[in-house]
Amino acid sequence: MMGGARAILRKDLLIELRTKESVPAMVLFSVTVYVLFHFGLDRDSLDGELASGVLWVTLLLAAVIGVSRLFAAEREQGGIDGLLLAPVDRTSLFVAKAAALFLFLTAVELVAVPAFAVLLLGPGLGGALPELLVILALANLGVAAVGALVAALAAETRARELIVPLLLLPLLVPLLIACAQATEPLMRQDAGPEELGRWLGLLSLYDVVFVLLSVAVFDFLLED
Amino acid sequence: MVEAAIELDNLQRRYGERVALAGVSVRVEEGQTLAVLGGNGAGKTTLLRVLAGLLRPHGGTVRVLGAELPAERWRLPAQVGYVGHEPLLYRELSGRENLRYHARLHGVGDARVEEMLGGVGMAGRADDPVRELSKGLIQRLAAARAVLHDPALLLLDEPRANLDPAAAELLEPLIGRGSGRTRVLVSHDVEGALAEADLSIGLKGGRTAAVGRELYR
Repeated sequence: MMGGARAILRKDLLIELRTKESVPAMVLFSVTVYVLFHFGLDRDSLDGELASGVLWVTLLLAAVIGVSRLFAAEREQGGIDGLLLAPVDRTSLFVAKAAALFLFLTAVELVAVPAFAVLLLGPGLGGALPELLVILALANLGVAAVGALVAALAAETRARELIVPLLLLPLLVPLLIACAQATEPLMRQDAGPEELGRWLGLLSLYDVVFVLLSVAVFDFLLED
Repeated sequence: MVEAAIELDNLQRRYGERVALAGVSVRVEEGQTLAVLGGNGAGKTTLLRVLAGLLRPHGGTVRVLGAELPAERWRLPAQVGYVGHEPLLYRELSGRENLRYHARLHGVGDARVEEMLGGVGMAGRADDPVRELSKGLIQRLAAARAVLHDPALLLLDEPRANLDPAAAELLEPLIGRGSGRTRVLVSHDVEGALAEADLSIGLKGGRTAAVGRELYR
């Protein structure tokens, strides 16, 4: 199984490196939104729940771009037929697409999170960075699982630009709540992490549920 | 009785309300070439896609290489090579990268990729991105992709489109009669297709029709 997944993932990364269609657009979108918040809120710095909300809503909206483009090469160049004509199970395809999205999101956050800290964050991340990295990793895993599922659902529909956000964003609401709640104490001026374990537990549960659900459902997608 | 490579009995397929195939029946023995002829929109490509397992039949019986479709579709990919309207190659990747990608999906080694690149006369252009290749060179790569895993059945939709005579001759051992594979050949070159076929069917409006000028009226 993993041979097929590795081949698909390698192909997706190679195409992204050459076309630069997804990650740069997601980065540009995130940084632009942070600039807009910087001027729109007319505040030099944010902290607490407002900072956490701005960070996560922006990252999840940027993820919509990546999810919309996840099957673009297959859709535009007949690659879905190529995959269906190869002895590769759908779980390999799911693993490859989710891994590609996970890596795209990580690459985006390498730029977007520092940009957010510079443009908007009051207290600075400082000692909270390890906790934030754990939250980001768990969030990326959840978005990657749900995103790969939604991207496959929308891959061969005509109104996919509408379907992706309409399906993806409601499914990401529990993840957004957990991420924002887990991050909020890290961005307060006065307090350290509170109840972090509870929200990380919720995030982990979300990841497990959606990875299992996606694997179970993926077999029935991309069928005629 | 020896099992046929392809056995269709009253195959039906619709797109919504529109009937694309209405009761197609044919039997193709192992190693034979079936020519499928007909005008535009007659159902030829739909027939090939059903045989490849890319489309579900909506009625009748479809048995390909011993696999009953759609229930046993999973048995087909390792045994079927498909050359369709789309080359199924990624434009940003080179010919070699595309073939290596398909080789890994099929569990085939890189040595076979080099053999195929040589076989279709693409060794010198193998590292050029597909988007920079002419339609003829892309068609050669598509043929190489289709036979990379040495399939028993070839489904060919206008496989010589865009090929010059020398290239068509070069591909003969891979996708032509000389390949020794069972083949289903869709072509608008009626005389050429009939010359290399063991049997033929005509399609008109999704129904089997006699091969002749009437097919194209």
